[in-house]
Formats: sequence, C-alpha cells, structure tokens
Amino acid sequence: MDIETFALDASVFEESKELSTGETYDLLIIGGGPAAMSAAVYGARKTLNLGLVTKDFGGQVGETSAIDNWLGFQSVNGRDLVNQFTEHVRAFGIPAKTGGAVTAVSREGELFRVTTVDEGRYVAKTIIAATGKRHRPLNVPGEREFLGRGVAYCATCDAPFFKGKTVVVAGGGNSAFTTAVDLLKVGAAVTLVNAVKGWQADEYLQERVRQSGAVRFLDNHEVSLIEGDRQATAVVVKNRLSGNAKKIDAQGIFIEIGLVPNSEAFRDVADTTATGEINVDCSCRTSTAGFFGAGDVTTVPYKQIIIAAGEGAKAALSAYDYLLSRGFI
Amino acid sequence: MAVLKDVEKEKLRQLFQGLMEPVTLLLFTQETECQFCETTRTMLEEVTALSDKLSLTIRDFVADTNEAERYGVDKIPATVILGAKDYGIRFFGIPSGYEFTVLIQDILGISKGVPGLSEETLTMISAIGTPAHLQVFISPACPYCPSAARMVHQFAMASDHVRGDVVESSEYPHLTVKYNVSGVPHTVINEDHSIVGVLPEKDFAREILKVLGVKWEGADVSVK
Ligand SMILES: Cc1cc2nc3c(=O)[nH]c(=O)nc-3n(C[C@H](O)[C@H](O)[C@H](O)COP(=O)(O)OP(=O)(O)OC[C@H]3O[C@@H](n4cnc5c(N)ncnc54)[C@H](O)[C@@H]3O)c2cc1C
Repeated sequence: MDIETFALDASVFEESKELSTGETYDLLIIGGGPAAMSAAVYGARKTLNLGLVTKDFGGQVGETSAIDNWLGFQSVNGRDLVNQFTEHVRAFGIPAKTGGAVTAVSREGELFRVTTVDEGRYVAKTIIAATGKRHRPLNVPGEREFLGRGVAYCATCDAPFFKGKTVVVAGGGNSAFTTAVDLLKVGAAVTLVNAVKGWQADEYLQERVRQSGAVRFLDNHEVSLIEGDRQATAVVVKNRLSGNAKKIDAQGIFIEIGLVPNSEAFRDVADTTATGEINVDCSCRTSTAGFFGAGDVTTVPYKQIIIAAGEGAKAALSAYDYLLSRGFI
Repeated sequence: MAVLKDVEKEKLRQLFQGLMEPVTLLLFTQETECQFCETTRTMLEEVTALSDKLSLTIRDFVADTNEAERYGVDKIPATVILGAKDYGIRFFGIPSGYEFTVLIQDILGISKGVPGLSEETLTMISAIGTPAHLQVFISPACPYCPSAARMVHQFAMASDHVRGDVVESSEYPHLTVKYNVSGVPHTVINEDHSIVGVLPEKDFAREILKVLGVKWEGADVSVK
C-alpha cells in the first residue's frame, strides 16, 4: 500500500447554515457532485437565495484514485479534488442539507416542492437536478448474497483484497479496463467478461491492459450466476451466440457494466429517456419550465467531471435567466 | 521528514481553536518500528504540536505489555484517543487518506464531550448493557469508509459498553481472512456478526441491539 496523504476534508467541520423548510428559495440544487457544486458556485455569485440538498459531497469523483483530465492538474487524487470543490462551495455559506436523499419533487403552481427521505420539505422557484449516477447491478443470482464477500463495485476501495486471487471483471468500457489495471497492480489474475461483442474502452487503456499479457478476454458472454459459500468461488458465464455456459473459478467479481441515473425522484416533473436520463436541451432546460438538469443524470453526451462541472454552471445561469424573465428576482 | 503539508497544518490550527477539554493520543509502537508505525508517529507528533490542548504519549508495545493489555491493544500501530476517560476509541493501522479526517473529528468530539449523534440514536444506545466490540475494516482510499469509521467511534463515545476499533485492512491481512473481509467498509460486531457497507446511525444502533439480544421496536434490519 502506498501511504495515502493526510488531507483534511474541512467541509465536515464547518457548521453549514441549515436549510429552512419555511423559506421559498430562488434555487434549490439537488446533488453533491461536480455538477451540483459548480451550479452552487455560479448561483451564489449571482447572489441567488439558494440551497443545496444532497446525500453526500463528492459523488463519483470520491471513488476515483487518479484523475488525469481535470484541467490544471496533470494528475489529482479524487479525494483531494472533492476537498477543494467542497471548500470552494462552503466559502459561500450556502445553506445545505447533507444525508438528505431527495425522494420526490412536485410542481405546485409556479413553485416546486422537494421531499427528502427523512420527510424534510423544501420549496423553491427553480430546481437543478444534479444527482448523477450509481453503479448498475447485474441482477443475477448471487450478486446480493456475496456483496462484500467477493462481489465488488469500487476498485479503489476493494482491489487490494484480491491480491494474488482470480477475479472476473464484468464490463467492456473504461471503468472495466481501469478496474482491470487496479487488479493487475495487486497481482490478481483477471478475466474480462463483456456481454456484447468487442471492447468499448479507450484504445490507450485497452493497449495498457493487453500489454500486461495477464488478462483473459471473453466478449459476447454474459454473467448468469455467482456461486460460493462463505465467499464467492465461481462465476458462471453464458456464450450469447451458442448459449453454452461455462464456470470460471474466481474469488471475486467486479461489476463495471455502466451506471444508472439517479432520476427516480424527478419522474413526475421531467421527461426522461428509456434508460432514465433526464432530457435536457443545450441550456440544461427540461420538459418543465423552471426545472433544470445537469451532469451525468441528464442526456448530455460524455460523462466526465469537466463536463458535469460545465453543465452545472450552465444550469445555474439558465435558472438565473429564467428567474429574471419571470420577474421572480 | 514532515508528513503534514503547511496548508493542512493551518486548517488544523484553526479547527483546534475550538478545542475545549484536553485530549491525549496514546500511540503504541515498538523500538524497531513496524511498516506504518513511524509515519503514524510523525503524523501524530505533528498534529498534537498544533495545540496545547493536545498531547501525545508513546508506548512500546513490546516493553509496556501491561499498558497494551489495559487498553486492549493487540496489534500496532495502535492509536488510542483519550479524553476525560478512555471511551474505547481506537485506530489500528495508520489513520491516513479518508480516515485522517475521522481522527480529527474524533479529537474535536472528545474535546467537546459530545458524540454528535441524534437523540433517538442516543436513546437506543443507552439500552446497550453488555459489551459490544465493533471493528470496522476500512481502506484509506474508500470514500464510503469514513462515515462507518466515525460512527463506531461515536457509538463508543456514547456508551461505556461499546469499544470502537477502526482497522486499516491492508496492514492486518490475517484479520481480513479471519473475518472474511473482501470489501469495505465491513463492520464486525462481537466477532461473529458482520455488516457490509454503511447504515444510517439509527439502523446501525438497531442492528447492534439485535446482535446483543436487546428487544427494540422495529429491530428488523437483516444481519449477514
Ligand atoms: C470509478 C470512476 C472513475 C472515473 N474517472 C473519471 C476520470 O478520470 N475523469 C473524469 O472526467 N471522469 C471520471 N469519471 C466520471 C465522473 O466521475 C462523472 O462524470 C462525474 O462525477 C459526474 O458528476 P455529477 O455531479 O453529474 O454526478 P455524481 O458525481 O454522480 O454526483 C451525484 C451526487 O448526487 C447525490 N445524489 C444522488 N442521488 C441523490 C438524491 N436522490 N438526493 C440527493 N442527492 C443525491 C450523490 O450523493 C452525489 O453527491 C469516473 C467515474 C467513476 C465511477
């Protein structure tokens, strides 16, 4: 193990102002990833009366070990970047509620009502939904049973447990290949299993994994079962062309088959695609006036930190224009 | 070699202005220091130098067996955080990465004498009447771990019956084998019950009560 840095997440110590249930906010931002935090900075600089409701700060960025494409840093650790984002946002003294997953947003006349899992209720003239995405499960037998006992979704967290072990990585995109790289670093024997034909990861990542010579590639195969007793012991895969099943002895499986948008709470107020992404136009507007979307939870192409941050900025400026045009501010 | 950056020291200095009661950090290491013992010691020396309310006591795990036994320290590096009393708050392994913030939260919480849990959770914890040993296995790079780590320390502070250990998994591979840990955070309650992932504090309290056989309305969260 490399010795991790000693960097403080100062945001957990600052007493942020409480979000008020009695107030009508100009703007409520839902989420705590780069899209939401960038929206908060832009909203605060327009001196909007705004608030933020989120489950946590950081989103997917907190799960990333090294980020090599955030402008200004050749490489930055996800945790350090999140710390810098949160400190920047907290400096504006924006009222925030953390640990508050939003369960529903409804329209009431010109206003929006936001409900959280712990029955908090907040009212705002505009909303920015920036709730990002979560890991997509395989939905196969054994996946839930062996969670944390062989089944894993976070390579940065769990790869070290598979030192010298045999591991399946389900998926064929960048996340799957990055996970394979993390596992190779700890000396695991990796089999990549992709449900579709070929591999979708960036060329340079594929090259890196192939050059190792230590990875087995199995495309056109889908995972159908995870077996084990105390711990996962095998993964059963099925050839999608022949229908033949085969068992791969493995002590672990990392599931990297993409992400699902966290948009369930918004289904009554905004149109979503079949996969659940909120439909947005190039100004982050949705099907409902006053309700905006930003980042990975939306249809914006390319899910990246810099894009999510840009979208958050755009959504806040759009919300500001909307408030002005309606004479709300 | 210094391990804390100046910018972090400055943030800590400001935070430590809020310290109230003195806090002592007790580090168990040994003469020939273990892999992460030296860095842990340097970091704790630097942290405790930032406020006169903080002090560091260093003990030799091999020579001071009585002390080690007294604090239930069976592996090193071990950091015990002491306030008005020994609340049962322990770090085994280096508190780095995401856990560094937990260490600082613990120091502030102990100094202020408040566990920082909701009234409802505190009421549930007050029903604990027999020993509960909570060991949460973490990795310093895991973003989900600090909330589980902090929670076992808050619970330890709230009850004399609870001991809260944060265990850095990679430093004690034999324990990850023993407790069948292959994903973090993974909390072991009294040796043979496990929770994988993070639970909200009320659910966590309910879970502990269930393991201890204390009846509590709504104690229905499943244990693996
Ligand atoms: C392992 C991994 C590695 C990556 N590496 C890179 C990289 O190197 N470079 C790069 O540019 N991108 C990378 N990405 C992608 C990048 O992290 C995302 O595109 C970006 O984080 C999206 O930001 P977001 O704010 O839209 O959503 P997220 O980061 O997903 O944040 C969503 C936020 O909303 C909160 N939330 C969710 N549901 C609710 C709810 N119901 N109520 C309230 N709050 C809620 C979450 O807690 C979270 O704070 C990586 C992603 C992963 C998973």
